[in-house]
Amino acid sequence: MSTSARLGVLKTYKLFVNGAFPRTESGRTLAVVDTKGKLLAHVCHGSRKDLRNAVVAARSAAPGWAKRSAYNRTQILYRMAEMLEGKAEEFTRVLASTVPGGNRRAAKEVAAAIDRLVAFAGWADKFGQVLGNNNQVAAPFYNFTVAEALGVVCIVAPSEEPLLGLVSLLAPVICAGNTAVLLGSEAHPLATAIFGEVCATADVPAGVVNLLTGKRPELLAVMAGHRDVDGISAAGCSKAERTILELGAAENLKRVTVEKINGPAWYHETKMHAPYRIQPFVEMKTIWHPSGV
Amino acid sequence: MSIRTVDKVAVEARAASFQTRSIKNESKRQGLLMVTSMVDLTTLEGKDSAAKVRSLCQKAMLPDAALPHVPSVAAVCVYPRWVELARELLAGSGVKVASVASAFPSGQVDLATKLVDVRAAVQAGADEIDMVMHRGAFLSGQYEVVSAEIRAIKEACGGQHLKVILETGELETYDNVVRASELAIAAGADFIKTSTGKVQPAATMPVTLVMLETIRSHFLATGQMIGMKPAGGISRAKDALHYLVMVKETLGDAWLSAKWFRFGASSLLNDVLLQLHRLESGQYTAYYDVTES
Repeated sequence: MSTSARLGVLKTYKLFVNGAFPRTESGRTLAVVDTKGKLLAHVCHGSRKDLRNAVVAARSAAPGWAKRSAYNRTQILYRMAEMLEGKAEEFTRVLASTVPGGNRRAAKEVAAAIDRLVAFAGWADKFGQVLGNNNQVAAPFYNFTVAEALGVVCIVAPSEEPLLGLVSLLAPVICAGNTAVLLGSEAHPLATAIFGEVCATADVPAGVVNLLTGKRPELLAVMAGHRDVDGISAAGCSKAERTILELGAAENLKRVTVEKINGPAWYHETKMHAPYRIQPFVEMKTIWHPSGV
Repeated sequence: MSIRTVDKVAVEARAASFQTRSIKNESKRQGLLMVTSMVDLTTLEGKDSAAKVRSLCQKAMLPDAALPHVPSVAAVCVYPRWVELARELLAGSGVKVASVASAFPSGQVDLATKLVDVRAAVQAGADEIDMVMHRGAFLSGQYEVVSAEIRAIKEACGGQHLKVILETGELETYDNVVRASELAIAAGADFIKTSTGKVQPAATMPVTLVMLETIRSHFLATGQMIGMKPAGGISRAKDALHYLVMVKETLGDAWLSAKWFRFGASSLLNDVLLQLHRLESGQYTAYYDVTES
Protein backbone atom coordinates (compact mmCIF):
# COMPACT_ATOMS: atom_id res chain seq x y z
CA MET A 1 0.00 0.00 0.00
CA SER A 2 1.35 3.38 -1.02
CA THR A 3 1.54 5.98 1.68
CA SER A 4 2.47 8.97 -0.47
CA ALA A 5 -0.27 11.14 -1.95
CA ARG A 6 -0.57 11.12 -5.72
CA LEU A 7 0.94 14.12 -7.50
CA GLY A 8 -1.51 15.83 -9.85
CA VAL A 9 -0.48 16.24 -13.48
CA LEU A 10 -0.42 19.92 -14.35
CA LYS A 11 -1.37 21.05 -17.85
CA THR A 12 1.15 22.86 -20.05
CA TYR A 13 -0.77 25.70 -21.65
CA LYS A 14 0.28 26.48 -25.21
CA LEU A 15 -0.84 28.55 -28.17
CA PHE A 16 -3.34 27.27 -30.72
CA VAL A 17 -2.15 27.94 -34.26
CA ASN A 18 -3.08 26.17 -37.48
CA GLY A 19 -4.95 23.41 -35.65
CA ALA A 20 -1.95 22.52 -33.49
CA PHE A 21 -0.67 23.53 -30.06
CA PRO A 22 2.79 25.04 -30.53
CA ARG A 23 4.84 26.72 -27.82
CA THR A 24 5.67 30.35 -28.50
CA GLU A 25 8.73 30.64 -30.75
CA SER A 26 10.07 33.19 -28.24
CA GLY A 27 10.24 30.59 -25.47
CA ARG A 28 8.78 33.10 -23.00
CA THR A 29 6.06 32.42 -20.46
CA LEU A 30 3.75 34.49 -18.27
CA ALA A 31 2.79 33.48 -14.77
CA VAL A 32 -0.92 33.21 -13.95
CA VAL A 33 -1.94 33.74 -10.34
CA ASP A 34 -5.27 33.07 -8.67
CA THR A 35 -7.38 35.69 -6.90
CA LYS A 36 -5.29 35.19 -3.75
CA GLY A 37 -2.04 35.80 -5.57
CA LYS A 38 -0.92 32.17 -5.56
CA LEU A 39 0.87 30.87 -8.68
CA LEU A 40 -1.57 28.76 -10.67
CA ALA A 41 0.06 28.10 -14.03
CA HIS A 42 2.22 29.48 -16.81
CA VAL A 43 0.96 30.41 -20.27
CA CYS A 44 2.85 31.30 -23.43
CA HIS A 45 3.97 34.89 -23.81
CA GLY A 46 3.27 35.10 -27.54
CA SER A 47 5.54 37.18 -29.76
CA ARG A 48 5.10 39.06 -33.02
CA LYS A 49 6.49 36.04 -34.87
CA ASP A 50 3.77 33.85 -33.36
CA LEU A 51 1.31 36.42 -34.64
CA ARG A 52 2.95 36.32 -38.07
CA ASN A 53 2.71 32.51 -38.18
CA ALA A 54 -0.92 32.66 -37.09
CA VAL A 55 -1.76 35.11 -39.88
CA VAL A 56 -0.09 32.82 -42.43
CA ALA A 57 -2.23 29.94 -41.13
CA ALA A 58 -5.38 32.06 -41.17
CA ARG A 59 -4.70 33.31 -44.69
CA SER A 60 -4.22 29.83 -46.09
CA ALA A 61 -7.37 28.59 -44.34
CA ALA A 62 -9.49 31.55 -45.49
CA PRO A 63 -10.56 30.49 -49.00
CA GLY A 64 -11.56 26.99 -47.88
CA TRP A 65 -13.56 28.23 -44.89
CA ALA A 66 -15.41 30.87 -46.93
CA LYS A 67 -16.23 28.24 -49.55
CA ARG A 68 -17.83 25.86 -47.06
CA SER A 69 -21.60 25.88 -47.14
CA ALA A 70 -23.20 28.19 -44.61
CA TYR A 71 -25.02 25.18 -43.26
CA ASN A 72 -21.71 23.44 -42.56
CA ARG A 73 -20.43 26.50 -40.68
CA THR A 74 -23.63 26.32 -38.63
CA GLN A 75 -22.87 22.71 -37.77
CA ILE A 76 -19.30 23.50 -36.74
CA LEU A 77 -20.25 26.47 -34.55
CA TYR A 78 -22.88 24.33 -32.88
CA ARG A 79 -20.27 21.63 -32.37
CA MET A 80 -18.09 24.23 -30.63
CA ALA A 81 -21.01 24.91 -28.28
CA GLU A 82 -21.31 21.17 -27.61
CA MET A 83 -17.61 20.90 -26.81
CA LEU A 84 -17.70 23.97 -24.59
CA GLU A 85 -20.64 22.45 -22.72
CA GLY A 86 -18.53 19.33 -22.15
CA LYS A 87 -15.75 21.45 -20.71
CA ALA A 88 -18.07 23.74 -18.73
CA GLU A 89 -16.84 22.43 -15.40
CA GLU A 90 -13.17 23.01 -16.23
CA PHE A 91 -13.85 26.52 -17.51
CA THR A 92 -15.97 27.37 -14.46
CA ARG A 93 -13.25 26.18 -12.09
CA VAL A 94 -10.50 28.12 -13.88
CA LEU A 95 -12.56 31.30 -14.16
CA ALA A 96 -13.75 31.11 -10.56
CA SER A 97 -10.19 30.82 -9.27
CA THR A 98 -8.78 33.68 -11.34
CA VAL A 99 -11.59 36.22 -11.88
CA PRO A 100 -13.15 38.03 -8.91
CA GLY A 101 -16.78 37.07 -8.41
CA GLY A 102 -16.44 33.44 -7.52
CA ASN A 103 -18.18 30.34 -8.70
CA ARG A 104 -21.62 31.75 -9.44
CA ARG A 105 -20.25 34.49 -11.67
CA ALA A 106 -18.01 32.00 -13.49
CA ALA A 107 -20.85 29.52 -14.11
CA LYS A 108 -22.99 32.33 -15.49
CA GLU A 109 -20.19 33.43 -17.84
CA VAL A 110 -19.64 29.91 -19.18
CA ALA A 111 -23.37 29.38 -19.76
CA ALA A 112 -23.63 32.69 -21.61
CA ALA A 113 -20.62 31.78 -23.78
CA ILE A 114 -22.25 28.49 -24.78
CA ASP A 115 -25.51 30.28 -25.63
CA ARG A 116 -23.61 32.82 -27.71
CA LEU A 117 -22.05 30.09 -29.83
CA VAL A 118 -25.47 28.52 -30.35
CA ALA A 119 -26.91 31.90 -31.35
CA PHE A 120 -24.25 32.50 -34.02
CA ALA A 121 -24.42 28.87 -35.13
CA GLY A 122 -28.01 29.74 -35.98
CA TRP A 123 -27.02 32.93 -37.78
CA ALA A 124 -24.36 31.30 -40.01
CA ASP A 125 -26.90 30.26 -42.66
CA LYS A 126 -29.35 33.10 -42.01
CA PHE A 127 -27.45 36.38 -41.69
CA GLY A 128 -27.17 36.51 -45.49
CA GLN A 129 -30.94 37.03 -45.72
CA VAL A 130 -30.81 39.84 -43.15
CA LEU A 131 -27.72 41.71 -44.39
CA GLY A 132 -28.19 41.01 -48.10
CA ASN A 133 -31.00 42.36 -50.23
CA ASN A 134 -32.94 42.12 -53.46
CA ASN A 135 -32.67 45.74 -54.62
CA GLN A 136 -35.40 47.64 -56.44
CA VAL A 137 -33.98 49.36 -59.50
CA ALA A 138 -35.72 51.36 -62.24
CA ALA A 139 -34.08 49.52 -65.12
CA PRO A 140 -34.31 46.06 -66.67
CA PHE A 141 -31.96 44.47 -64.16
CA TYR A 142 -32.26 41.92 -61.45
CA ASN A 143 -30.19 43.60 -58.74
CA PHE A 144 -29.11 41.94 -55.54
CA THR A 145 -26.59 42.41 -52.75
CA VAL A 146 -24.84 39.53 -51.01
CA ALA A 147 -22.59 39.56 -47.95
CA GLU A 148 -19.21 37.89 -48.47
CA ALA A 149 -16.42 37.13 -46.02
CA LEU A 150 -13.84 39.85 -45.45
CA GLY A 151 -10.87 37.45 -45.09
CA VAL A 152 -8.47 37.37 -42.14
CA VAL A 153 -9.66 39.19 -39.02
CA CYS A 154 -7.52 39.88 -35.95
CA ILE A 155 -9.41 39.96 -32.68
CA VAL A 156 -8.36 41.66 -29.46
CA ALA A 157 -10.43 40.09 -26.70
CA PRO A 158 -11.32 42.14 -23.60
CA SER A 159 -9.56 41.58 -20.30
CA GLU A 160 -12.77 41.09 -18.30
CA GLU A 161 -15.19 38.23 -19.08
CA PRO A 162 -12.21 36.29 -20.49
CA LEU A 163 -14.33 33.49 -22.00
CA LEU A 164 -17.54 35.30 -22.88
CA GLY A 165 -15.64 38.23 -24.36
CA LEU A 166 -13.54 35.89 -26.50
CA VAL A 167 -16.57 33.95 -27.77
CA SER A 168 -18.61 37.12 -28.35
CA LEU A 169 -15.98 38.58 -30.65
CA LEU A 170 -14.97 35.31 -32.30
CA ALA A 171 -18.39 33.88 -33.19
CA PRO A 172 -19.59 36.68 -35.54
CA VAL A 173 -16.24 36.69 -37.32
CA ILE A 174 -16.00 32.98 -38.15
CA CYS A 175 -19.76 32.69 -38.63
CA ALA A 176 -19.43 34.91 -41.72
CA GLY A 177 -16.68 32.76 -43.24
CA ASN A 178 -13.68 34.75 -42.01
CA THR A 179 -10.66 33.22 -40.33
CA ALA A 180 -9.46 34.65 -37.03
CA VAL A 181 -6.27 35.38 -35.14
CA LEU A 182 -7.27 36.17 -31.58
CA LEU A 183 -5.25 37.71 -28.77
CA GLY A 184 -6.94 36.58 -25.58
CA SER A 185 -7.54 38.41 -22.32
CA GLU A 186 -4.24 39.79 -21.06
CA ALA A 187 -5.30 39.77 -17.41
CA HIS A 188 -6.86 36.28 -17.43
CA PRO A 189 -5.29 34.23 -20.24
CA LEU A 190 -6.25 30.72 -19.09
CA ALA A 191 -9.65 30.65 -20.78
CA THR A 192 -7.98 31.48 -24.11
CA ALA A 193 -5.40 28.75 -23.63
CA ILE A 194 -8.09 26.15 -22.91
CA PHE A 195 -10.43 27.33 -25.67
CA GLY A 196 -8.00 25.89 -28.23
CA GLU A 197 -9.06 22.44 -27.01
CA VAL A 198 -12.67 23.31 -27.82
CA CYS A 199 -11.73 24.31 -31.37
CA ALA A 200 -9.44 21.32 -31.86
CA THR A 201 -12.22 18.87 -31.05
CA ALA A 202 -15.08 20.68 -32.78
CA ASP A 203 -14.16 20.03 -36.45
CA VAL A 204 -12.96 23.62 -36.85
CA PRO A 205 -10.58 23.35 -39.83
CA ALA A 206 -6.92 24.08 -39.08
CA GLY A 207 -6.11 27.79 -39.31
CA VAL A 208 -9.70 29.05 -39.03
CA VAL A 209 -9.29 29.90 -35.35
CA ASN A 210 -5.84 30.81 -34.01
CA LEU A 211 -5.45 31.74 -30.35
CA LEU A 212 -2.57 33.68 -28.83
CA THR A 213 -1.84 34.67 -25.26
CA GLY A 214 0.45 37.60 -24.64
CA LYS A 215 0.68 41.32 -24.12
CA ARG A 216 -1.17 44.03 -26.00
CA PRO A 217 1.61 46.65 -26.10
CA GLU A 218 3.76 44.18 -28.03
CA LEU A 219 1.20 42.89 -30.48
CA LEU A 220 -1.39 45.56 -31.21
CA ALA A 221 0.78 47.68 -33.51
CA VAL A 222 2.04 44.61 -35.38
CA MET A 223 -1.52 43.39 -35.85
CA ALA A 224 -2.72 46.78 -37.05
CA GLY A 225 0.20 47.23 -39.45
CA HIS A 226 0.10 43.70 -40.90
CA ARG A 227 -0.87 44.13 -44.54
CA ASP A 228 -2.28 40.62 -44.85
CA VAL A 229 -4.95 41.26 -42.21
CA ASP A 230 -8.29 42.50 -43.57
CA GLY A 231 -10.09 43.54 -40.41
CA ILE A 232 -9.73 44.06 -36.68
CA SER A 233 -12.30 43.48 -33.98
CA ALA A 234 -11.49 44.70 -30.50
CA ALA A 235 -13.20 45.36 -27.20
CA GLY A 236 -12.14 46.75 -23.85
CA CYS A 237 -9.50 49.04 -25.35
CA SER A 238 -8.08 52.22 -23.90
CA LYS A 239 -8.07 55.35 -26.03
CA ALA A 240 -4.36 54.92 -26.69
CA GLU A 241 -4.84 51.30 -27.80
CA ARG A 242 -7.63 52.34 -30.10
CA THR A 243 -5.38 54.96 -31.67
CA ILE A 244 -2.64 52.38 -32.26
CA LEU A 245 -5.11 50.09 -34.03
CA GLU A 246 -6.59 52.82 -36.19
CA LEU A 247 -3.27 54.40 -37.18
CA GLY A 248 -1.72 51.08 -38.20
CA ALA A 249 -4.85 49.99 -40.04
CA ALA A 250 -4.89 53.12 -42.18
CA GLU A 251 -1.95 51.79 -44.20
CA ASN A 252 -3.91 49.05 -45.99
CA LEU A 253 -7.41 50.31 -45.15
CA LYS A 254 -8.34 47.38 -42.98
CA ARG A 255 -11.62 47.75 -41.19
CA VAL A 256 -11.36 48.41 -37.46
CA THR A 257 -14.25 47.79 -35.10
CA VAL A 258 -13.69 48.68 -31.46
CA GLU A 259 -16.70 47.89 -29.31
CA LYS A 260 -17.45 49.48 -25.96
CA ILE A 261 -19.04 46.72 -23.96
CA ASN A 262 -18.76 46.59 -20.19
CA GLY A 263 -19.81 44.31 -17.37
CA PRO A 264 -23.49 43.38 -17.66
CA ALA A 265 -23.62 44.45 -21.30
CA TRP A 266 -21.80 41.23 -22.25
CA TYR A 267 -24.87 39.34 -21.03
CA HIS A 268 -27.40 41.46 -22.92
CA GLU A 269 -28.75 38.83 -25.32
CA THR A 270 -30.83 41.07 -27.57
CA LYS A 271 -27.83 43.21 -28.36
CA MET A 272 -25.11 40.60 -28.25
CA HIS A 273 -26.96 38.02 -30.38
CA ALA A 274 -27.90 40.51 -33.09
CA PRO A 275 -26.83 39.68 -36.66
CA TYR A 276 -25.62 43.27 -37.03
CA ARG A 277 -22.54 42.24 -35.05
CA ILE A 278 -21.58 40.24 -38.15
CA GLN A 279 -21.93 43.25 -40.46
CA PRO A 280 -18.46 44.82 -39.92
CA PHE A 281 -16.83 41.55 -41.03
CA VAL A 282 -18.46 41.11 -44.43
CA GLU A 283 -18.00 42.77 -47.80
CA MET A 284 -21.21 43.65 -49.58
CA LYS A 285 -21.21 42.61 -53.24
CA THR A 286 -23.93 44.03 -55.49
CA ILE A 287 -24.69 42.26 -58.74
CA TRP A 288 -26.56 43.74 -61.71
CA HIS A 289 -28.02 40.98 -63.84
CA PRO A 290 -29.85 41.91 -67.06
CA SER A 291 -33.46 40.75 -67.06
CA GLY A 292 -36.42 41.02 -69.39
CA VAL A 293 -34.39 41.78 -72.51
CA MET B 1 34.28 6.03 -61.32
CA SER B 2 34.03 6.71 -57.64
CA ILE B 3 34.08 3.86 -55.18
CA ARG B 4 33.51 6.07 -52.12
CA THR B 5 30.23 5.82 -50.32
CA VAL B 6 28.39 8.79 -48.87
CA ASP B 7 27.74 8.85 -45.14
CA LYS B 8 23.99 9.52 -45.20
CA VAL B 9 23.68 10.43 -41.54
CA ALA B 10 26.62 12.84 -41.61
CA VAL B 11 25.44 14.53 -44.83
CA GLU B 12 21.97 15.09 -43.46
CA ALA B 13 23.27 16.37 -40.14
CA ARG B 14 25.65 18.75 -41.90
CA ALA B 15 22.91 19.99 -44.24
CA ALA B 16 20.65 20.58 -41.24
CA SER B 17 23.40 22.57 -39.50
CA PHE B 18 23.23 25.24 -42.23
CA GLN B 19 19.62 25.88 -41.28
CA THR B 20 20.43 27.04 -37.78
CA ARG B 21 22.32 30.20 -38.81
CA SER B 22 20.59 33.42 -37.95
CA ILE B 23 20.77 35.87 -40.85
CA LYS B 24 19.24 39.24 -39.98
CA ASN B 25 18.93 42.84 -41.10
CA GLU B 26 21.71 44.04 -43.40
CA SER B 27 23.18 40.58 -44.08
CA LYS B 28 19.68 39.33 -44.81
CA ARG B 29 19.12 42.21 -47.23
CA GLN B 30 22.41 41.51 -49.04
CA GLY B 31 21.64 37.79 -49.12
CA LEU B 32 18.19 38.37 -50.58
CA LEU B 33 19.59 40.62 -53.32
CA MET B 34 22.17 37.95 -54.12
CA VAL B 35 19.46 35.26 -54.26
CA THR B 36 17.49 37.39 -56.72
CA SER B 37 20.51 37.74 -58.99
CA MET B 38 20.88 33.93 -59.00
CA VAL B 39 17.32 32.98 -59.85
CA ASP B 40 16.52 31.14 -63.08
CA LEU B 41 12.92 32.33 -63.26
CA THR B 42 11.09 29.34 -64.60
CA THR B 43 7.85 28.42 -66.28
CA LEU B 44 7.61 24.86 -67.58
CA GLU B 45 3.96 24.04 -67.89
CA GLY B 46 1.67 22.68 -70.54
CA LYS B 47 -0.38 25.83 -70.25
CA ASP B 48 2.50 28.24 -70.96
CA SER B 49 1.55 30.87 -73.50
CA ALA B 50 3.11 33.94 -75.11
CA ALA B 51 1.39 36.11 -72.52
CA LYS B 52 2.85 34.06 -69.67
CA VAL B 53 6.35 34.27 -71.17
CA ARG B 54 5.95 38.03 -71.66
CA SER B 55 4.99 38.64 -68.04
CA LEU B 56 7.76 36.32 -66.86
CA CYS B 57 10.38 38.21 -68.89
CA GLN B 58 9.08 41.54 -67.61
CA LYS B 59 9.39 40.28 -64.06
CA ALA B 60 12.86 38.88 -64.77
CA MET B 61 14.19 42.26 -65.90
CA LEU B 62 12.44 44.34 -63.23
CA PRO B 63 11.40 42.02 -60.37
CA ASP B 64 9.56 44.78 -58.50
CA ALA B 65 8.88 48.32 -59.71
CA ALA B 66 8.55 49.48 -56.10
CA LEU B 67 12.05 48.16 -55.32
CA PRO B 68 14.17 49.52 -58.18
CA HIS B 69 17.45 48.63 -56.46
CA VAL B 70 16.68 44.91 -56.75
CA PRO B 71 18.79 43.39 -59.55
CA SER B 72 17.37 41.47 -62.48
CA VAL B 73 17.37 37.68 -62.22
CA ALA B 74 20.07 35.53 -63.84
CA ALA B 75 17.97 33.87 -66.50
CA VAL B 76 14.52 32.95 -67.70
CA CYS B 77 13.97 29.21 -68.15
CA VAL B 78 11.36 28.12 -70.70
CA TYR B 79 10.49 25.35 -73.17
CA PRO B 80 12.26 25.60 -76.56
CA ARG B 81 9.21 26.95 -78.39
CA TRP B 82 9.30 30.13 -76.26
CA VAL B 83 13.03 30.79 -76.60
CA GLU B 84 12.73 33.08 -79.61
CA LEU B 85 10.13 35.27 -77.93
CA ALA B 86 12.09 35.41 -74.67
CA ARG B 87 15.28 36.25 -76.58
CA GLU B 88 13.54 39.18 -78.25
CA LEU B 89 11.98 40.48 -75.00
CA LEU B 90 15.19 40.19 -72.97
CA ALA B 91 17.50 41.67 -75.61
CA GLY B 92 20.03 44.02 -74.04
CA SER B 93 18.87 43.34 -70.48
CA GLY B 94 21.65 40.99 -69.47
CA VAL B 95 19.11 38.34 -68.47
CA LYS B 96 20.03 35.04 -70.10
CA VAL B 97 17.63 32.71 -71.87
CA ALA B 98 17.79 29.13 -70.65
CA SER B 99 15.82 26.38 -72.33
CA VAL B 100 15.09 22.87 -71.23
CA ALA B 101 15.74 20.50 -74.12
CA SER B 102 16.33 16.78 -74.81
CA ALA B 103 12.72 15.68 -74.23
CA PHE B 104 12.29 17.34 -70.85
CA PRO B 105 11.26 16.10 -68.27
CA SER B 106 11.45 12.34 -68.94
CA GLY B 107 14.19 12.25 -71.59
CA GLN B 108 12.54 9.13 -72.98
CA VAL B 109 13.21 9.60 -76.69
CA ASP B 110 16.14 8.50 -78.84
CA LEU B 111 19.31 10.54 -79.01
CA ALA B 112 18.67 11.83 -82.55
CA THR B 113 15.39 13.43 -81.45
CA LYS B 114 17.10 14.92 -78.38
CA LEU B 115 19.76 16.47 -80.58
CA VAL B 116 17.10 18.01 -82.84
CA ASP B 117 15.43 19.46 -79.74
CA VAL B 118 18.73 20.89 -78.45
CA ARG B 119 19.81 22.33 -81.81
CA ALA B 120 16.42 23.98 -82.27
CA ALA B 121 16.71 25.68 -78.87
CA VAL B 122 20.26 26.86 -79.59
CA GLN B 123 19.22 28.07 -83.05
CA ALA B 124 16.35 30.04 -81.50
CA GLY B 125 18.85 31.85 -79.33
CA ALA B 126 19.11 29.98 -76.03
CA ASP B 127 22.21 30.92 -74.02
CA GLU B 128 21.91 27.90 -71.77
CA ILE B 129 20.58 24.40 -72.29
CA ASP B 130 19.12 22.40 -69.39
CA MET B 131 19.19 18.75 -70.50
CA VAL B 132 17.82 15.75 -68.66
CA MET B 133 20.07 12.79 -67.94
CA HIS B 134 18.93 9.36 -69.18
CA ARG B 135 17.98 7.97 -65.75
CA GLY B 136 16.74 4.65 -67.14
CA ALA B 137 20.17 3.89 -68.60
CA PHE B 138 21.95 5.21 -65.51
CA LEU B 139 19.99 3.04 -63.08
CA SER B 140 20.53 -0.05 -65.24
CA GLY B 141 24.27 0.56 -65.14
CA GLN B 142 24.71 1.66 -68.76
CA TYR B 143 26.97 4.54 -67.79
CA GLU B 144 28.56 4.64 -71.26
CA VAL B 145 25.16 5.31 -72.85
CA VAL B 146 24.49 8.16 -70.39
CA SER B 147 27.93 9.61 -70.90
CA ALA B 148 27.79 9.39 -74.71
CA GLU B 149 24.43 11.19 -74.72
CA ILE B 150 25.73 14.05 -72.61
CA ARG B 151 28.83 14.37 -74.82
CA ALA B 152 26.69 14.45 -77.97
CA ILE B 153 24.37 17.07 -76.51
CA LYS B 154 27.31 19.15 -75.32
CA GLU B 155 28.57 19.17 -78.88
CA ALA B 156 25.12 20.12 -80.19
CA CYS B 157 25.13 23.09 -77.79
CA GLY B 158 27.95 24.55 -79.81
CA GLY B 159 29.61 26.45 -77.00
CA GLN B 160 26.44 27.43 -75.17
CA HIS B 161 26.25 26.62 -71.47
CA LEU B 162 25.11 23.07 -70.66
CA LYS B 163 23.33 22.20 -67.42
CA VAL B 164 22.75 18.51 -66.80
CA ILE B 165 19.66 17.63 -64.76
CA LEU B 166 20.31 14.49 -62.73
CA GLU B 167 16.75 14.19 -61.38
CA THR B 168 18.01 13.16 -57.96
CA GLY B 169 14.50 12.25 -56.84
CA GLU B 170 14.78 9.20 -59.10
CA LEU B 171 18.35 8.22 -58.26
CA GLU B 172 17.51 6.44 -54.99
CA THR B 173 20.86 6.85 -53.15
CA TYR B 174 23.45 9.55 -52.46
CA ASP B 175 26.08 7.23 -53.95
CA ASN B 176 24.16 7.36 -57.22
CA VAL B 177 24.03 11.14 -56.97
CA VAL B 178 27.82 11.29 -56.64
CA ARG B 179 28.28 8.85 -59.52
CA ALA B 180 25.85 10.76 -61.76
CA SER B 181 27.48 14.09 -60.89
CA GLU B 182 30.96 12.78 -61.71
CA LEU B 183 29.70 11.26 -64.92
CA ALA B 184 28.01 14.49 -66.02
CA ILE B 185 31.07 16.58 -65.17
CA ALA B 186 33.40 14.20 -67.04
CA ALA B 187 31.11 14.31 -70.08
CA GLY B 188 31.28 18.09 -70.30
CA ALA B 189 28.56 19.58 -68.08
CA ASP B 190 29.11 23.25 -67.20
CA PHE B 191 26.49 23.03 -64.46
CA ILE B 192 24.92 20.12 -62.65
CA LYS B 193 21.29 20.53 -61.63
CA THR B 194 19.26 18.52 -59.16
CA SER B 195 15.80 18.22 -60.64
CA THR B 196 13.24 18.91 -63.28
CA GLY B 197 10.75 20.06 -60.65
CA LYS B 198 8.32 17.44 -61.97
CA VAL B 199 9.43 14.66 -59.58
CA GLN B 200 9.22 14.63 -55.78
CA PRO B 201 11.44 15.03 -53.88
CA ALA B 202 13.08 17.77 -55.96
CA ALA B 203 16.01 19.80 -54.59
CA THR B 204 16.84 19.11 -50.95
CA MET B 205 19.72 20.49 -48.92
CA PRO B 206 21.43 17.12 -48.37
CA VAL B 207 21.33 16.15 -52.03
CA THR B 208 22.63 19.61 -53.02
CA LEU B 209 25.41 19.25 -50.46
CA VAL B 210 26.44 15.91 -51.97
CA MET B 211 26.63 17.53 -55.40
CA LEU B 212 28.55 20.54 -54.06
CA GLU B 213 31.07 18.18 -52.45
CA THR B 214 31.49 16.39 -55.78
CA ILE B 215 32.13 19.75 -57.46
CA ARG B 216 34.68 20.52 -54.75
CA SER B 217 36.53 17.22 -55.24
CA HIS B 218 36.59 17.84 -58.98
CA PHE B 219 37.96 21.35 -58.43
CA LEU B 220 40.65 20.13 -56.03
CA ALA B 221 41.70 17.44 -58.50
CA THR B 222 41.63 19.49 -61.71
CA GLY B 223 41.29 23.18 -60.86
CA GLN B 224 38.15 23.36 -63.03
CA MET B 225 35.05 25.07 -61.62
CA ILE B 226 31.61 23.54 -62.23
CA GLY B 227 28.34 25.34 -61.53
CA MET B 228 25.47 24.10 -59.38
CA LYS B 229 21.73 24.60 -59.74
CA PRO B 230 19.27 23.23 -57.20
CA ALA B 231 15.78 23.37 -58.72
CA GLY B 232 12.28 22.61 -57.60
CA GLY B 233 10.85 22.94 -54.11
CA ILE B 234 12.82 26.00 -52.98
CA SER B 235 10.01 28.48 -52.53
CA ARG B 236 10.94 30.40 -49.39
CA ALA B 237 13.54 33.15 -49.09
CA LYS B 238 14.75 31.68 -45.82
CA ASP B 239 15.52 28.34 -47.47
CA ALA B 240 17.41 30.11 -50.25
CA LEU B 241 19.58 31.92 -47.68
CA HIS B 242 20.39 28.56 -46.09
CA TYR B 243 21.52 27.30 -49.50
CA LEU B 244 23.84 30.31 -49.83
CA VAL B 245 25.39 29.53 -46.45
CA MET B 246 25.92 25.96 -47.63
CA VAL B 247 27.59 27.07 -50.87
CA LYS B 248 29.86 29.49 -49.04
CA GLU B 249 30.93 26.94 -46.47
CA THR B 250 31.39 24.13 -48.99
CA LEU B 251 32.87 25.81 -52.07
CA GLY B 252 33.77 29.29 -50.84
CA ASP B 253 33.11 32.82 -52.05
CA ALA B 254 34.18 32.09 -55.62
CA TRP B 255 30.94 30.20 -56.21
CA LEU B 256 28.72 32.93 -54.77
CA SER B 257 27.74 34.45 -58.09
CA ALA B 258 25.18 33.76 -60.77
CA LYS B 259 28.02 32.50 -62.92
CA TRP B 260 28.43 29.45 -60.68
CA PHE B 261 25.27 29.08 -58.66
CA ARG B 262 21.61 29.31 -59.65
CA PHE B 263 18.23 28.64 -58.12
CA GLY B 264 15.68 27.05 -60.46
CA ALA B 265 12.43 28.45 -59.12
CA SER B 266 9.13 30.09 -59.91
CA SER B 267 7.58 31.17 -56.60
CA LEU B 268 10.86 31.82 -54.71
CA LEU B 269 11.29 35.28 -56.26
CA ASN B 270 8.02 36.58 -54.85
CA ASP B 271 8.85 35.41 -51.35
CA VAL B 272 12.24 37.14 -51.61
CA LEU B 273 10.52 40.35 -52.74
CA LEU B 274 8.03 40.14 -49.86
CA GLN B 275 10.93 39.78 -47.42
CA LEU B 276 12.63 42.83 -48.96
CA HIS B 277 9.39 44.80 -48.64
CA ARG B 278 9.23 43.72 -45.01
CA LEU B 279 12.80 44.98 -44.42
CA GLU B 280 11.97 48.28 -46.12
CA SER B 281 8.66 49.00 -44.40
CA GLY B 282 9.03 47.17 -41.10
CA GLN B 283 5.54 45.76 -41.59
CA TYR B 284 4.41 42.26 -42.42
CA THR B 285 3.42 41.98 -46.06
CA ALA B 286 0.48 40.63 -48.01
CA TYR B 287 0.24 38.47 -51.13
CA TYR B 288 -1.00 41.47 -53.11
CA ASP B 289 2.22 43.43 -52.46
CA VAL B 290 3.91 41.61 -55.36
CA THR B 291 2.79 40.73 -58.87
CA GLU B 292 1.82 37.21 -59.84
CA SER B 293 3.80 35.03 -62.29
